[in-house]
Amino acid sequence: MNKFNPERRRLLQGIGASAAFAAVPGTALAAKGKKPVGRVVVIGAGFGGATAAKYLRKWSHGAIEVVLIERQKEFISCPTSNEVLAGHRKFETTVHSYYNLKKHWGIKVVTASVTDVDTEKRVVKTDKAGDFSYDRLVLSPGFDFNYDSIAGYDEKARETVLHAWKAGPQTLALRKQLEDLPDGGTYVLSIPKAPYRCPPGPYERASLIASYFKEHKPKSKVLVLDANDKIISKEKLFLSVWEKDYKEIIEYRPKWNVVALDAASRTVTSELGEKVTGDVLNILPQQRAADIARKIGVVNVNDRWAEVNWITLESTAVPKVHVLGDTLSAAPLMPKSGHMANQHGKAVAAAIVEIFSGREPQPTLMANTCYSMVDGKRAIHVDSVHRYHPEKKVPLVVEGSGGVSKEASVEEGIYTRAWATTIWKDVLG
Amino acid sequence: MKIRTIPLTLALLASSAGLAQASGLPQTPPPYFAANCANCHGTDGKSTAAIPGIAGKDKDWLEEVLKAYKQGTRPATIMHQLAKGYTDEEIAILADYFSRQK
Repeated sequence: MNKFNPERRRLLQGIGASAAFAAVPGTALAAKGKKPVGRVVVIGAGFGGATAAKYLRKWSHGAIEVVLIERQKEFISCPTSNEVLAGHRKFETTVHSYYNLKKHWGIKVVTASVTDVDTEKRVVKTDKAGDFSYDRLVLSPGFDFNYDSIAGYDEKARETVLHAWKAGPQTLALRKQLEDLPDGGTYVLSIPKAPYRCPPGPYERASLIASYFKEHKPKSKVLVLDANDKIISKEKLFLSVWEKDYKEIIEYRPKWNVVALDAASRTVTSELGEKVTGDVLNILPQQRAADIARKIGVVNVNDRWAEVNWITLESTAVPKVHVLGDTLSAAPLMPKSGHMANQHGKAVAAAIVEIFSGREPQPTLMANTCYSMVDGKRAIHVDSVHRYHPEKKVPLVVEGSGGVSKEASVEEGIYTRAWATTIWKDVLG
Repeated sequence: MKIRTIPLTLALLASSAGLAQASGLPQTPPPYFAANCANCHGTDGKSTAAIPGIAGKDKDWLEEVLKAYKQGTRPATIMHQLAKGYTDEEIAILADYFSRQK
């Protein structure tokens, strides 16, 4: 009877049975020619969605048909885009092809925008590529901005006041603004209240732009307006670097919540009525689950994020729709990061393969690592391991696991760049 | 309750074996959590970047090193923190899995 002990089953399935498991080369998609057992449509080919698509094909040995719908022709990485802003990296190195997902993994990659999903009939509708029926839907569309959180951040203002928080044309445009900034000018970065994509990202950005100023425009300033009470990630490490290296450049103001902006005079106003004027404004509005997630009906936490069953990552609002990445209402201490979205993608793929195999999906472990560059060479990290808690029904950080760097180091700077190269390949290769 | 769940489980297991066999789906699931390592060490542990690949390494060595990271006796920038998230049994499974990747 030991065979049916739930713990024993968990080990056999989610975690164990490795001795019996022979390595399967990624290219050996055994089901070639066979009728697929079902079709999964994935919306969004970022760190979450593309990973889910690849691992669905890998773990099902090609038995599950996967359609991956993405509006961009190419993958553009948000991680490392701060290095582009600082002039430490070429933008082209952050852009990657979906070719291997098509050719190597047999995924149908569709370049189109999803206009609607009929969750009753299980059909995804797109603007220019027709409709796709699904047995399971994986939703990984990221976030959208709530521009209404800042008065005056209208379409006209958005032409000159950038967020550059989704890598792409805005990354290049902000880089241009920084290049055009005369020495002695002020760059203003405003951070919204958490949760938002990439918790350490703004502090990395401030550090890297300060590093650029230090070398090329030493009289320029970085003014950080943070709606949060304090630096919300790697606080001591960032503060220590700023104190040692950027004391004359970075000014940090916590509890400074931007509620209005005037693009013409480049002025922002806080909740308390304080005003700040800068030469380059880089304003991040509040964030929420992408609009398509709202339309599909999975956004059920504070009208902002999507709640899921943490074993399958299936929406608690709409059956057969799995949600991952930034769109999620995150588990405690689980950041909205590309690394985490990749781990969500694997958890979803595992759950769906188990469901299609007629087995009961088991909770899996997830881990996070966020590296941040602090100048052209050195970096710091934060990491954590998350294990599903059967009573609380949510992944929690394993006690004693995780932590941060001792100090910024060149060695971790090298690992940061290796991390990017490797995860891009894990997601797309 | 318990008596009733057993036949259900049996039925599920029986049908799943049939399903997987007919479809080409693997009959035995891999240790999915081993893919946690892929973000930094490459898919199936294969990488040539500065963060070393771990595919095809000696099983005993992998297990020993991961346990040393976990106990804090082997210096690291990050692995001493991540290894603490896994049980010894899971570490043995990881070592076994990556040692088999060629």
